[in-house]
Amino acid sequence: MLRIHNLTTEFPTRRGAVRAVEEMSLSLQRGQIMGLVGESGCGKSVTLLSILRLVARPGRIISGSIHFEGRDILSMAPAEVRRIRGADIAMVFQDPLTTLNPVFRVGEQIRESLRVHRIGTGRTSRREERETVLSLMKEVGIPSPESRYWQYPHEFSGGMQQRALIAIALACRPKLLLADEPTTALDVTIQAQILELLSRINSERGTAILFVTHDLAVASEFCHWISVMYAGRIVEQGPVDEVIADPLHPYTEGLLRSIPRLVKPRRRLSPIPGDVPDLIGLTNRCSFESRCDRRMPECAERPVSLVDVGGGRHVRCILYE
Amino acid sequence: MKCDDYILRVEGLKKHFVLRRSLLTKILTRERDCTVRAVDGVDLVIRRGETLGLVGESGCGKSTLGRTILKLYEPTEGKILFRGEDIAGWRGKQMDLFRRSAQIIFQNPYASLNPRKTVRDILSVPLLKRGVKDPKEREEEMVTLLEKVGLKPWHIDSYPHQFSGGQRQRIGFARALAMKPEFIVCDEPVSSLDVSVQAQILNLLSDLQQEMSLTYLFIAHDLSVVYHVSDRVAVMYLGRIVETAPTEALFEDPKHPYTRALLSAIPSVDRETRRKRQILEGVVPSSIDPPSGCPFHTRCPQAFTECRLCAPRSVEVDSGHHVACHLYV
Repeated sequence: MLRIHNLTTEFPTRRGAVRAVEEMSLSLQRGQIMGLVGESGCGKSVTLLSILRLVARPGRIISGSIHFEGRDILSMAPAEVRRIRGADIAMVFQDPLTTLNPVFRVGEQIRESLRVHRIGTGRTSRREERETVLSLMKEVGIPSPESRYWQYPHEFSGGMQQRALIAIALACRPKLLLADEPTTALDVTIQAQILELLSRINSERGTAILFVTHDLAVASEFCHWISVMYAGRIVEQGPVDEVIADPLHPYTEGLLRSIPRLVKPRRRLSPIPGDVPDLIGLTNRCSFESRCDRRMPECAERPVSLVDVGGGRHVRCILYE
Repeated sequence: MKCDDYILRVEGLKKHFVLRRSLLTKILTRERDCTVRAVDGVDLVIRRGETLGLVGESGCGKSTLGRTILKLYEPTEGKILFRGEDIAGWRGKQMDLFRRSAQIIFQNPYASLNPRKTVRDILSVPLLKRGVKDPKEREEEMVTLLEKVGLKPWHIDSYPHQFSGGQRQRIGFARALAMKPEFIVCDEPVSSLDVSVQAQILNLLSDLQQEMSLTYLFIAHDLSVVYHVSDRVAVMYLGRIVETAPTEALFEDPKHPYTRALLSAIPSVDRETRRKRQILEGVVPSSIDPPSGCPFHTRCPQAFTECRLCAPRSVEVDSGHHVACHLYV
C-alpha cells in the first residue's frame, strides 16, 4: 500500500547540507501498524512530512520515490497531492494545542476536513455533516459530543484535544494514518486511552498506521512492525516482538539496555556512550561507529547497506553483511 | 521515631495559589478570585541517604510540593522540619544555611541556565555564596565539579548553547553540588532527554549519591525511571499523597486503586511485566474545585458512599506501606 524507496530529504544550512532522511526504504501493508522509533533529530518526523510532501522550504526531497497504492506521490501534481492529504493519508501531530486553531469551535474544525474533501463528490447538507461529526466525536470517545461540538480547543483537556485531532484525521476515512508522537505530551493513563483508541480504529476500520515515537516501550506494545532510525537512516527493521527479543543492530541493543525496565532485580543501566552525531557532514559510512561497542576498523572504511537477514528482518551493520 | 533518621519531614503541608481576576474580568464574566489547591495537606518523611520518588500525573502538584519544601514558595499551611527543626521562621543567615544544604535541579536544562553566562559565571555564584573567595581555589573547585559530573575542564568557558541537553543537565548538577548540599530535589531531571542520554544521567545521579551521601527527592512522571532510581515511592493525586511504600512493594502490590491504574498504564518492552490495563475513565479534576471526600472518587472504579463524604486518612497496611483509601481503613 505504501512503499518508500531510497528517500533522501535534505536541508541546506550555512554549515552544509543536513540529510535528515537518507536512503530510507519502507513498506507498509493494509491494516498494519509500523512504528518508526529513534531519538530526537533522527529524521522520524521528516519522514512523515516527506510522505505528504509537507517538508518546509528550504528543505527538499532530493531523491527516491514514495508509492501510495501504486502511484508515486513525489511525481504528482500539487493538486493531486492535496486530494490525497487528509482524505487518503491523514496525519495526527504531536502537540494538539498548536495544531488546532484556537479561534474556531472544535466541531467546526472537524467538519472542515469533511467539507474540504467532499467537493465534487455530491453535496451534503450542513446538518448531515454535523451528524457525521457527532458520530465521529462519539467514536473517538469524546463524551457529550453535542455540547463539546461548540466548545473551543482551550476548553478541552490534552487527551480530549488529541481525540479531536484523531477525529479530524479520521473524518474522511483515510487508508493510512500518520501519527507523529501522538501520546508524547500526555500522561501515562491518558496515553493508554489514546493508544487503545488507535488500535481499535486499526482493527475496526483496517486503517494502516505509521506511528512515530521515541518510546521503545510504547512501540513494542502498540506496533506490529518497527523500524529503528539513527541519524537519518533505518538501522534495523522487523516484526516488533523479534526485534525487541533479539535485537541485531548494536544501536537497537544499546537502546534496549539503556531504558529502565520494570524487572527484578534492578540493575545499573548501561547507557550508550557519547551523544547523537551532528547531522552535518555525515558520510555514507556507519554513523553509529563512534558510539558502538562492536566497531571494527572496517566500519570507517566503507558504506553499509540495509541487508535482508530473513524472516522479514533487515539490518544495516557490517556484522551482518 | 527518632527525628535524626529523617533529613526532612513535612506535616500537613499546603500550598494554595490565589488566582486573581481583574476588575474588568469580574464585571464581564462574573468570575471570582479562586484558589488553586496545588498541594493540599501532605505528610511526608525523607530519610537520610535515600531516594524518594514522587510520581503523579501532570498538574497533581508534585513540582509545587518540591519547591514548597525548599521554601521557594512560601507554604500556606503546615510544617517543614529540616533535621528536626521547623524552617518556617528561618530568615537571613539561617535561611542561607538551609539553602546551602538543600538544592534543586530543574526539569528544563534550556530554561534553567542563563544563556548569557559561561559555565564559569554560572558555577562561581554558588561557590562565592559558600565563601570560596580565593579565585585560584574557586577555579580548582570548578574543575573538580566539572569532572565529577562528567564534563571536561575546558568546558569552563563555554556558554550553555554550546552544550547538548544531557550536558546542560550535568551543568545543572554541578551548580547544585557546588553548595555541597545534603539534600537535592530533582524535578524531572531526565524527562527532556533522549533515552540513551537519560541512562547516562541516571547513572551519574546514583554515583554522586553514593560518593557524596546525598538524599534525593526525585520527582518524575515516568514510572519506569522512578522504579529504577527510588528506594521508596510516594504517589500523588490532586495535591495529596495517596500511597507511599518501598519501591518494590509498591510495584508488586499496589494498594490504592489510583496506583493500580497508574501502574497498569506503563508501557513495557517486556511481555512478562505488562499488566492487565485498567483504563481510567475521565480526566483529572481541576485543583481549583477538587471533589469532596477522597479526591480520586470521581474516577475510582471501587468508590462507595463513604468516599464522597470524607477524605480517607493514611493508614499503614504493611511495614512502611501507607495508603490513604477507605478500602483499607
